[in-house]
Order: sequence, then C-alpha cells, then structure tokens
Amino acid sequence: MANIISDETIEYVGILAKLELSDEEKEQAKKDMGSMLDYIDKLGELDTTGVEPMSHVFPVKNVFREDVVTNGDDRENILSNAPGEKDGMFVVPRTFE
Amino acid sequence: MDILSMTAVSLGTAIKNKEVTVREAVEAVLSRIEEKESQYHCYVTVDKEGALSQADEVQRKIDAGELTGPLAGVPVAIKDNMCTEGLLTTCSSKILNNFVPTFSSEAVLNLKKAGAVILGKTNMDEFAMGSTTETSAYGVTKNPWNTEHVPGGSSGGSAAAVAADECFYALGSDTGGSIRQPASFCGVVGLKPTYGTVSRYGLIAYGSSLDQIGPLCKDVTDCAAIMEIIASHDPKDSTSVERKDLDFTSALVDDVKGMKIGIPRDYFGEGLDPEVKEAVLKAAEVLKEKGAVVEEFDLSLVEYAIPTYYTIAAAEASSNLERFDGIKYGYRTEEYEGLHNMYKKSRSEGFGAEVKRRIMLGSFVLSSGYYDAYYLKALRVKALIKKAFDDAFAKYDVILGPVAPTTAPKLGESLSDPIKMYLGDIYTISINLAGLPGLSIPCGVDSKGLPIGLQLIGDCFNEKKLIQTAYTYEQARGAFGRKEDK
Repeated sequence: MANIISDETIEYVGILAKLELSDEEKEQAKKDMGSMLDYIDKLGELDTTGVEPMSHVFPVKNVFREDVVTNGDDRENILSNAPGEKDGMFVVPRTFE
Repeated sequence: MDILSMTAVSLGTAIKNKEVTVREAVEAVLSRIEEKESQYHCYVTVDKEGALSQADEVQRKIDAGELTGPLAGVPVAIKDNMCTEGLLTTCSSKILNNFVPTFSSEAVLNLKKAGAVILGKTNMDEFAMGSTTETSAYGVTKNPWNTEHVPGGSSGGSAAAVAADECFYALGSDTGGSIRQPASFCGVVGLKPTYGTVSRYGLIAYGSSLDQIGPLCKDVTDCAAIMEIIASHDPKDSTSVERKDLDFTSALVDDVKGMKIGIPRDYFGEGLDPEVKEAVLKAAEVLKEKGAVVEEFDLSLVEYAIPTYYTIAAAEASSNLERFDGIKYGYRTEEYEGLHNMYKKSRSEGFGAEVKRRIMLGSFVLSSGYYDAYYLKALRVKALIKKAFDDAFAKYDVILGPVAPTTAPKLGESLSDPIKMYLGDIYTISINLAGLPGLSIPCGVDSKGLPIGLQLIGDCFNEKKLIQTAYTYEQARGAFGRKEDK
C-alpha cells in the first residue's frame, strides 16, 4: 500500500468530520482510506495540464429572487422535530461559561 | 381484472374509465404489501391510513373533473430520501430516526398535483451510499426474483417494490447509478434524467452536483408518463434547468430507422459477465434489425470514472452531511459534555460505517494541503470525461451498453470489500459526472434466473431519444415477466 495513513491524520480528519471513532474504527479507517487513496492516485496517470476544474457540467449562474417571505409560520411543527425544546426555542448544551 | 399486474398508465386509464376505483387500487396494493413485506422488506414506512384517505380525496377530484392526468389515482412509493410533509423520512439512517418533514420535496408535490396516492417510503442504502441496500439502518431489502440476492442500490426498496407489485411505480434517486442498477437487478425500467431536469428541492443531498430524481417503473410508457409529471423548472433549486421539451410521451414511437447507436468497446472488457455481455449484444442486434445503425467505438477514460466519482461524491457528502448535528432535528446522543462532544457523539452513533467512511474520505480530500492534489484533480478529470462523451455524441444519438458487470450478487457478499463494490458502478457512474441521462431496461435473464439490464445513454437533454430507442426495443422484446420468488 502506497498511502500510509498516520494516527495523526486520522485524528485530524476526525476533527474536521466531527466524528469520534473507537480505536477499532480508527484502524479500519486508516486501512480503508489508504486503499481508497491508492485507487484515487490512478488519476495521476492523466495529464491535466491546462484543463480547468469542472464543478458543473452546464454553465451555471447565480439565481436571484426578491427577498420576500413566502412560507408561513411553522414554528410548532419545526420544533416538534427538535431533540430538545423549551419556550419555543431549541435547547443546546451550555456553550459559554 | 387483476389490478396488481397493471402498469401505472393502464391503471390510470382504468380509473379514468371507472372500471377501477382509486380505493380498490389502493386496497389491492396495501393487501399485497401486507402479504409480501415480511419476505422482501421494500418499505421503511407504509402509510396505510394516509393512503386510504388520499384515495378518497383523489377519487372525489377525479369525479369532479379536477384531476384528468394519466396517472391520477395511481399509488406510488417514494424513496426515503425525499421529504414528505408529515410522513417520517429517515434516509435509512439512525440519525434521522424520528424526522418528520414540515414540507414535501418538489418531485413529490408534482406527483400529488397529478393525483398520485403516496403509499409510503422505500428502503435504501443509508444516505444513498451503497449499491445493495444493505447499509440501511432498518434492515436489508431482498430481491423479489430471488430472496437470497440483493435488489441493488441505493434505490433498492423502490426497485424491489415495483418488481414485487408492492406499488405501481416508484421514485428513486441516482448519484452514481442508484436508479439504473437496482432497476437492472430487479428487472424493471429506470431512468436517470439529465442533471437539472427534476428539482432536487427536498431531496436530502448526497452529492449535489450528481444527484437526480427519476422513475422506477414497469415499462417505458410508464417511464415517459411519470417524467412528464415530475420534470419541472423550480426556482427553489438553483441548478434546475428551464426546458421546453418535456413532452416525453411524444417519443413513444416504435421506430429507430437511421438512429445512430454506438457501443463502447471499453464497456465490454475484463470483469463483464459473459451472460450479461451476450444479452446486451443481442439487444443491440434487435435494434439493428429494426433499422438502427449500430457500430463499436472507443469511449476512453472509462477506468478513471470511479476514482473521480468517489473523490467528488465523498467531498460533497462530507459537506452536505455537516448539517446532521443533533440540534434542530434527528438523533441526539444521550450523554455528552458540552456542545462539540454532543456533535461528535451524535454523529458517530447516528451514522453507519459506509457513511462515516465517505465523510472521512471527503473531509480528507478537501483538507488544506490535499485539496489541489485530490479534489481539483478529480474535477479536471471530470472535464476530460465530459469531453469524451461530447466527442461520442458528435457521432452517435445513443450509447448502448450493460448497466452493471453482473446480475444481482448474493446478500452479504459485497460490503466486506468496498473497492470491489465500487467497481460494480463502472458503467453507470460516468453518466452522473457528465450530467447525462441514462435508461435501464430489462434485456434478458441469466442462468441463475436473475434479470439483466440494458443501459441506453443519451446526450444532455436527449431523454426522448432514449425513450424512443427503449420503446422500440421493448416492442420487439415483448412482455418481460417479472417473475417473483416462489
């Protein structure tokens, strides 16, 4: 395997991805990511000098609209999906001391 | 009259002619679901009460002359990654185990406007990431042709429900083959439209630049009729394309004289099952006899599509799935210390292994120091792949090939080796990268008794050429028995 994923890399990616992996999952993730990157490295065989990265297949442009409210008040239904709700607000863990 | 064996269009006609009531159709399919679900498990949620009350409402509107469309009153199943107001929408993930949307996706609204009766939500690979429907948090779906085999994925529940007569048609979504491959494995028709044709508003995003909603159905006539209903320009989806050529049923013409069909040699190389190859080439022969000009050509770059796709799709997924944080909806972990720990624990407990694998890969290829080497490189190769298709469509109206290298694998055989599983997407994936339409239609059965799919690929906005070619083939092929497991 050409791509060796270090413990530091997996820790770092875990922070970016907001995922907390068990030791076992970390070992598996190192293996999986290494073999995927080996596979993706195949793209290096192609010379892409001067080729513009294509994010969209059609020419896309910004779509604008007037800033007008079209939906009604749906607070009750929206809050009924929340894991924590109090006085019409989402309950979250304390973030400031 | 056997209601269940009717196509969606023939049922719609029978309802219009008052030979069948909407309630009769809904009751017939609900009792079928009750009888077969323990065996196949096509659905995450069946909305029995909702379907019956919709039936009466739709019947009233048909009788009042308010609903006159071809599919008014016909029951439909919706893949569980499309939001349905008031109806549980899980994406087959634990992280959305209690999510009841407050709005419906545009494609579902279009169906409702046309008088569709929504039966429920079909099972899928978690967040549409998989090719077998085995990554669902709510159990596996089994292939109605043989319950030891997978139905394909990620729209496996939708394809199996159509094959098992547990609905008259279904909606799926296709990011790298997720409509066409399960359609192929379950012996039904599936279409992935040109990117931007069906609104993605309310479709829970996986890879936004690749995702498209499309139909899974019993024949090509149904496919065209469904497309006329779900395709629309939607200002709520900034990538929605305004098209003037949405009269898909006008292409239901039994004629391919002079149609130029290209067969990419690179789709028939190593890894392709000989029985699949034979059936697909036989279908090409049928079209040739009907007057099409069929020739082989070299498409090129085929082996680069999979690494390009997994880089782009994982990158987009890692960004799209950031929203699942346990705050406003969905699963929240029981015990945590502070906000960040709550995010991490909720996500780690809520997502399955394949989803985490792709989020991790996506976060990596987008991270500082690797963005150019991986993500931008993939976007450059995508441009080359698009160019290869542009060159092909300068010569051909339609590209013909297999949907997948094999027929449906056995349950439990695919997930242990991700790269091997990803290789199964080799013929479907480049179509999403290039934004093209692709149609899957049954063209035979292998020696194991499993269906084989033929794939027709068109240039952007050329669905009608695909529908015409598929319809002509279907007329010559004759009825395709959707034989279920005994």
